[in-house]
Amino acid sequence: MLRAAEGSARMSGKLKIHVDQDRCQGHARCKALAPELFDLDEYGNAHEHGEGRVPEGLEDKAYLAQTNCPEFAIEVIEE
Amino acid sequence: MSDSVSMMPEHPPVTDWIRDFDHTDPTWTENPFPIWEQLRAASPVVHTDRFLGCYMPTTYEAVKQIAYDTEHFSSRRVIVRDVRPEITQPSPPITSDPPEHKPAKQLLLPPFTPDAMKKLEPRVRAICNELIDEFIEDGKCDAAARYTKHIPVRAIAHMLGIPEKDSDLFIKWIHEILELGIKNEEILMGALHEMTAYFAGHVAARKDKPTDDLITTLMNARDKDGKPLSDAHVLGSLRLLLIAGIDTTWSAIGSSLWHLSKTPADRARLTAEPELMPTAIEEFLRAYSPVTMAREVVKETTISGCPIKPGNMVLLSFPAANRDPAMFYDADKVVIDRKENRHAAFGLGIHRCVGSNLARMEMTVAIEEWLKRIPDFRLDPAGKVAWSEGTVRGPRALPLLFGGAG
Repeated sequence: MLRAAEGSARMSGKLKIHVDQDRCQGHARCKALAPELFDLDEYGNAHEHGEGRVPEGLEDKAYLAQTNCPEFAIEVIEE
Repeated sequence: MSDSVSMMPEHPPVTDWIRDFDHTDPTWTENPFPIWEQLRAASPVVHTDRFLGCYMPTTYEAVKQIAYDTEHFSSRRVIVRDVRPEITQPSPPITSDPPEHKPAKQLLLPPFTPDAMKKLEPRVRAICNELIDEFIEDGKCDAAARYTKHIPVRAIAHMLGIPEKDSDLFIKWIHEILELGIKNEEILMGALHEMTAYFAGHVAARKDKPTDDLITTLMNARDKDGKPLSDAHVLGSLRLLLIAGIDTTWSAIGSSLWHLSKTPADRARLTAEPELMPTAIEEFLRAYSPVTMAREVVKETTISGCPIKPGNMVLLSFPAANRDPAMFYDADKVVIDRKENRHAAFGLGIHRCVGSNLARMEMTVAIEEWLKRIPDFRLDPAGKVAWSEGTVRGPRALPLLFGGAG
């Protein structure tokens, strides 16, 4: 089980997210939990908003979206 | 229920759950959770000779492996039944395997996105309040018969563009297909034919006069070669949308209300902190997942170390996966502010429920509107809660008291 490393996110301050298009099945949990970070296409499948950079202050939401994705489709990358 | 039960061939009562499980046994219907715990402790996959041979994965991991494995497990049969007659009326995409699955599913996805559901939400809110108006003065009601049952059926009728007043007919078909049909082929086929004829009438009417609804959307859909769908495809998908959208959400709303009726602390907290509603809804979905699916084994394989042989069905229990303590802490507790919740209530992999956004919206609205108008309620000790039999689990009788009654 992956656990959210919320503490380390605040320290790094630089996060990127990525939605694996082969894994995403359109549960749309990420869009519900972190609407600023994800967009849905016409079929309801998710992809990261813009370049996937997580603005400061939204790090917790990035991890929350990741840990609620039933398909393990969201990657959070610490740069 | 009692008159219909007498029509079914009897299944002998289960004495050895690990080697002879039966998801239609009254003990399972009443309270399946201890049974799943016992099976999981015995093996990640168990088998029964009933239903012409059937496996059941008991862990989250085994359920997930099977859900993702479309090579060894086919979706051509999605209900575990006593018989396996030739498949004559498929309902794409739920009964489709790759490569046919994806194009069939993509046709249905756009009308069910979260944004599309937002447009339907005011109608669902109104439906909930119309229903509550009918019984709130009584101080008591059977919430399964007078509230939870009617919300999804009216919402999907609204979307499809068929009269909400035909609801009782739809509920009859669902009962015949998903409950009586497990053991009675004649009843199942009768209901399927009635549904097909019903929808054929609505399709024919729209050929002369198109309307702005889901039936017309499907009729106008084109496949990847630009050809319209066959009538059989349109009718199969319409049957699926009606069947899949009704007793599933009826069950989910009912189980949520049942939990809140016997858990005053959660009720008080949700009323005081409505911002917890989203996590509470996800937790109700996890802990009381209504839907168990099925697969047919088409190629020999191994799952979690257990040999799996063709010729058998698989009872794909997302509800049991969602109670696996290896995946969820306090798996048998309802934690309405659970932060991490990767539950599989809507399935995993390519067959993720098309209507999951609709179901979530209906559950949220139904519980919100109920709590606004009836914040304090409890089980009626004079009544009895009754649960549905088969692969969709939820209360079919839910006697509640509220206000000063009782």
